[in-house]
Amino acid sequence: MALTPFQVDGKPVQIDSDPQMPLLYALRDDLKMNNPKFGCGLAQCGACTVHINGQPVRSCVMPVSAVKGKKVTTLAGLGTPEKPHPIQVAFLEEQVPQCGHCINGWVMTSAAFLKKNPKATDAEIKTALDGLKCRCGTHVSILRAIKRAQTLMA
Amino acid sequence: MTHKLNQDNVHPIDMEQDKSEFVSGTSRRDFLSAAGALVVSVASGSLPIDALAQAPASAAASSAGAIGTTLATISNVKPALKAEELDSWVAIQPDGSVVAYYGKVDLGQGLDVAIGQIVAEELDVSYRKVKIVMGNSATSLNQGGASSALGIQAGARPLRNAAAEARRILLNLASEKLNVPAANLSIFDGVISVKGNDAQKVSYAELIGGKYFNSKVEWNKRTGNQMDVKGAAKPKLTSEYKVVGLSLPRNDVAWKVFGTEGNIADVRVPGMLHARVIRTPVAGGFAEKVDESSIKHIKGARVVREKNFLAVVAEREWDAVKAAKDLKVTWVANSKPFPEFEKLHEHIRQAPTSKRSEDIKNGDVAVALKSAVKVVEAEYLWPFQSHASMGPASAVADVKADKITIWTGSQKPHYARDGVAALLKVPVETVEAFWVQGPGSYGRNDAGDAILDAAMISKMLGQPVRVQGMRHDGTAWDPKAPASVHRARAAIDASGKVVAYDFTTRAFSRATIASNESDPRDSLVGMELGLPPKGGITFGTPEESYAFDNKMLAWEVIPDLIASASPMRTSHVRDPVGLQIQFASEQFIDELAYATGEDPVAFRVKYAKAPRDIAVLKAAAEKSGWEPRGNAKRDRRGPILSGRGIAYAQRAGTIVAVVAEIEVDRKTGRIWGRKFTVAHDCGLIVNPQGLRYTIEGGLVQSLSRTIFEEVQFAPDKVKSVDWNSYPILDIKDAPEEIDIVLINRPEAPPTGAGEATCRVVPAAVANAFFDATGIRMRQAPMNPARVKSILTSI
Repeated sequence: MALTPFQVDGKPVQIDSDPQMPLLYALRDDLKMNNPKFGCGLAQCGACTVHINGQPVRSCVMPVSAVKGKKVTTLAGLGTPEKPHPIQVAFLEEQVPQCGHCINGWVMTSAAFLKKNPKATDAEIKTALDGLKCRCGTHVSILRAIKRAQTLMA
Repeated sequence: MTHKLNQDNVHPIDMEQDKSEFVSGTSRRDFLSAAGALVVSVASGSLPIDALAQAPASAAASSAGAIGTTLATISNVKPALKAEELDSWVAIQPDGSVVAYYGKVDLGQGLDVAIGQIVAEELDVSYRKVKIVMGNSATSLNQGGASSALGIQAGARPLRNAAAEARRILLNLASEKLNVPAANLSIFDGVISVKGNDAQKVSYAELIGGKYFNSKVEWNKRTGNQMDVKGAAKPKLTSEYKVVGLSLPRNDVAWKVFGTEGNIADVRVPGMLHARVIRTPVAGGFAEKVDESSIKHIKGARVVREKNFLAVVAEREWDAVKAAKDLKVTWVANSKPFPEFEKLHEHIRQAPTSKRSEDIKNGDVAVALKSAVKVVEAEYLWPFQSHASMGPASAVADVKADKITIWTGSQKPHYARDGVAALLKVPVETVEAFWVQGPGSYGRNDAGDAILDAAMISKMLGQPVRVQGMRHDGTAWDPKAPASVHRARAAIDASGKVVAYDFTTRAFSRATIASNESDPRDSLVGMELGLPPKGGITFGTPEESYAFDNKMLAWEVIPDLIASASPMRTSHVRDPVGLQIQFASEQFIDELAYATGEDPVAFRVKYAKAPRDIAVLKAAAEKSGWEPRGNAKRDRRGPILSGRGIAYAQRAGTIVAVVAEIEVDRKTGRIWGRKFTVAHDCGLIVNPQGLRYTIEGGLVQSLSRTIFEEVQFAPDKVKSVDWNSYPILDIKDAPEEIDIVLINRPEAPPTGAGEATCRVVPAAVANAFFDATGIRMRQAPMNPARVKSILTSI
């Protein structure tokens, strides 16, 4: 067991756990956060994505000890209904999620990507998001939403 | 940069353009036309969110009948939850808003919105005032849960009738209160006033707000999908509809994109333990030895075991995960029950027939085949497929001595309640089920097993228990869609006419376990505890209106590979057996078109007899710009081959045709479904935008099954355990465009939209593949490896 201090959505937290425990379990089980989600535990789907110091990371395979002193941002910290991130606005306007279990991964990954590449082409967007899974087949509306977000952010 | 946001103001079609009109409600434009290729008739003057209908009280609505003849006995006491009680379906709140209790659930396609529109319509209140409550077994009746795309088709019926009956009673109450005949009253947004004298009025809230009707409706004595009730009131004519037909946004999008609420994975009960169920890694295995000392090093971790049901629990979730990984178990299996993976379809051909059913038998196919000038024959193969839901199932159960509470993502929560009661041998009244939306199930996925597992462990430990699967539980252990072999033969006479058509499926049963978990014999835990499996033998046949002089549609089912607790047991996956059957039958129709030298669209239009089928075929062809091009040889020398193909089918009243335009990369074997054109007729359209998204999602999911999905196995185990060993479609494979033509038929009752499109995508893609390459792809999935190997022949 070891203490790991870090920040989640701007607030300091401290987790006492097996240092090898993935960050996902600290967020979901210890901090009772509803996102990110467990999808595979294998970094194969993206449902657990958070930002660590601004970089998208699959929290299901990131040991909690590795985020010591770092800034973790979750979907709830990306934006709120009062102060939404443009990606969230776009996903809402395009009515993207169906079951919604995957949506955390798409929002968090595309938010980080568009920050660096606001004018990305369709092909670049697809490459950046490749490997994220959606079982409901909402991919076409996801692409529509990202195009809309690009307009909102322009 | 931030954006002020108000979900109510969000227009799903074109927010920026429509926002001002949306909010102010001054627009009289037919905003639905903004959705593009809609063929939808909508009354002008409708306001989307504030949409309401103003209609004079019709004579029919105020006429007396055998049921609910007189005024209801308004009281503060809510009668027991029974189908024949009006209060079980609809309630007027103290503020005049309406709550309607829906006995199905929505999985993210907006059924609750559509049901709300229908209730608002019948009750003459604005849509904004209607709240749909669903999924709690204590407040809603068992309308069958999510099932067979019947959410509106069957699920809306009793609610529509109940809402109409409530309106009739309210009108009579107002008539008495205002001392004016009902025929002289009108209703506007829940306020009943005297025609010509708006000042003389009374509201729903004043008449009954917060109280109960205590009035009966006539119940058809059916439970599940077929449950229906009716009152003395006649529902409105579709020509009177103002709210039904509008594109209203979903209720569950905002919390999903902001993470402000949770799904089933986020249910947390004080004092709950985390559990992981451990199932045999070898098919048909038995846990001969469990070394409990192997998890001693994990704080609080414990083994839970009864017969062949094995689990570990811990207070912290990660400890349960670790314990499941570290626990040493000796698994023993007596045999290797599965065929070699490559010999699956040979096994299906050779296995004994458990049952044969000839669902359509017109004329004499055998005789006609003998006299044929030309016989066309083909065989098509479909693999086992997994639900592989986005997250493995989770569930929470709290089993107390006198009361059991369960939280489940099962799409049939009432049946989950029944299954838990039967498993634990308690009266069903002592179990309350809360449905919480989960990872999209699209059939009977692993959620039904998860809740029975949780209930079993909670009972054994006397504590609330949360079960969550690991990825392999969701992929390797969910009930599967059956693998199949389809044989088709047709006879063509001297004039080129198809005179005989014989289509026979040989397959594993479509449901070796039932499509719901109400009987523990259909659950893994039940079978692991030694309950004898029930087994189910059924399949299906193509659904179309082709009129061939002699026609046989049949199926044959073979025995299961393992009788009990099989990871390859089958149950319903979205559009059960629709994809495999139509992959074969609609590809064979295409082969017949080519064999007779006819254009694939013209051939279908010639033989399809139902007018709505023909209309759908023509609409898809026209919208996609289909031009007949005969059998002329095409240039196939380039690195990317492109082609187009069509397929059509019926599904329980709905008709859909899809034109696929694909590209085939000769080098990589990758098929890209670039563009799809869908023509869709599901009768009356309730919510065009919701329908559009439902079709899109179904299409892409089906494209994934067509190109990628196949359960891998060895003689002793399932080898598909994650997204690498069970690949699905990635975003680079998503279509560039999905063009949808909605054909609205207000004269026809609404039918399902969740599954119909799924069944025509595989053949549309396969037919496009033939158009592109000149080669028939008669085996799914059409993955890069298979495509590459078949392309070496050209």
